[in-house]
Amino acid sequence: MWIRSTLAYRVSFVLTVVGGLLVTGLDFVAILLMFSQVDVLGGYTLPEVAFLYGLSATSFGLADLSIGSAGRLGSRVRDGTLDTLLVRPAPVLAQVAADRFALRRVARLIQGTLVLGYACVALDVAWTPVKVALVPVMLVCGGVIFSAVFVAGAAFQFVAQDASEVQAAFTYGGQTLLQYPPTVFGKELVRGVTFVLPLAFVNWVPAAHVLGRPYPLGLPEWAAFAPPLVAAACCAAAGLAWRAGLRTYRSTGS
Amino acid sequence: MGSARLYAAVTAGGFRRYATYRVATAAGVFTNTVFGLILVYAYLALWDERPHLGGYDQAQAVTYVWLGQALFATLAIQGGGFETELMERIRTGEVAVDLYRPADLQAWWLASDLGRALFQLLGRGVLPFVFGALFFPTALPHDPVIWLAFAVTIALAMVVSYGIRFLVALSGFWLMDGTGAVQVLMVTGMFFSGMALPLNAFPQPLGDIVTLLPWSALLQMPADVLMGRTDPLFAFAFQAGWAVVLLAVGRLVQGAATRRVVVQGG
Repeated sequence: MWIRSTLAYRVSFVLTVVGGLLVTGLDFVAILLMFSQVDVLGGYTLPEVAFLYGLSATSFGLADLSIGSAGRLGSRVRDGTLDTLLVRPAPVLAQVAADRFALRRVARLIQGTLVLGYACVALDVAWTPVKVALVPVMLVCGGVIFSAVFVAGAAFQFVAQDASEVQAAFTYGGQTLLQYPPTVFGKELVRGVTFVLPLAFVNWVPAAHVLGRPYPLGLPEWAAFAPPLVAAACCAAAGLAWRAGLRTYRSTGS
Repeated sequence: MGSARLYAAVTAGGFRRYATYRVATAAGVFTNTVFGLILVYAYLALWDERPHLGGYDQAQAVTYVWLGQALFATLAIQGGGFETELMERIRTGEVAVDLYRPADLQAWWLASDLGRALFQLLGRGVLPFVFGALFFPTALPHDPVIWLAFAVTIALAMVVSYGIRFLVALSGFWLMDGTGAVQVLMVTGMFFSGMALPLNAFPQPLGDIVTLLPWSALLQMPADVLMGRTDPLFAFAFQAGWAVVLLAVGRLVQGAATRRVVVQGG
């Protein structure tokens, strides 16, 4: 329904996607500007950073497209319109994800894929079958990990109500963080996003295998193939958080 | 005298309106701090590679990041302030009520937006900045005169930011749907204000061009005054010049726009 309503105004849709491409593309322009001044950043070359960027942006784009609407949950909790979703015979989470499904979010996905495509061509990497297969695995698992963060953030909004910006810090902030090489950041921060909120498995760890780089925090070799496990664990944790959040929901009574 | 009191009341109202949302403000502080952290590390890596890029040392680059986070919401650098509301009022025709008030449209919204900006500065700006200054090496002056000059540049930046967004909002009289204009505001604000990278670190000749645009009055000028890289008097003149130009153009466009307004009966 939301797709059809968006496509009803074709020109407007195309314009918002183009505009979205410009807005999201700006992140990468900022990185290009930095590389106009230096040859390496944190020891990584431009194609390598573009590889990290493309993986992060595309995974995030997948998650944002499928469940990015969860960011709006806080306003539904505030005004009590979540009630409507609760009485319908469909899972609440599925309805929240489909609520105002915004097809214009494909812009981020397109932009991420373009940068990733450029990186794959420009990278000086001996592509083995394993490395090639790892790229789609990273994208899917990364998408799932980011989706779990979105769901956990939505669950948090049951409690916090108008704190959607906290969610943004973890979703958009996480995506921004992963655009840069792990060598750029302090050890504590890298530890946090590896063991506490395992965003490092979206790209840093598996990409280290592809790029032949030292693993962050000296993780073992097999860690590069852990993203499916990590993604599953994130889903389980986010599911628990969601249930707990939903149980605390008290309607406004209006 | 009476109108001064009116606008002061509108400003106070704008301040109070945003002060109501305490949880949202705390969430904003958290977000700005997280983004500040990410940027600081990226900048440190960049300045590691190229010391004195753009004439900044590392401490100055770090200061610049935290100042950007402090001013991001204050100056509505990516938009988000009165302009979306005014555009909605233009689309629905409610702007007719604004025009009917015994107050000027431009001055009314300026007063209200200054109240918003003032609250965002105190509510969302100060804490991330203090966090940054406590945990990272920053380059802050000891001279109170410089801090005073810095405060003046912030106030002028608020007016310039308003001038830009008022023009964007007025485009609603012609475009009706503001989505595109708001997107342009986001792109230009992020890029030309130096939120993404300090303007003096831009490659030339792009750097020279963006420094002349009004957006450089938002973040670059206050930052350079705070860190003693620009003569405050020059910064004031530059900012005030753009403020006057933008407000004057806004006034002309407002005149043209209000002649277009047709209020539906009923």
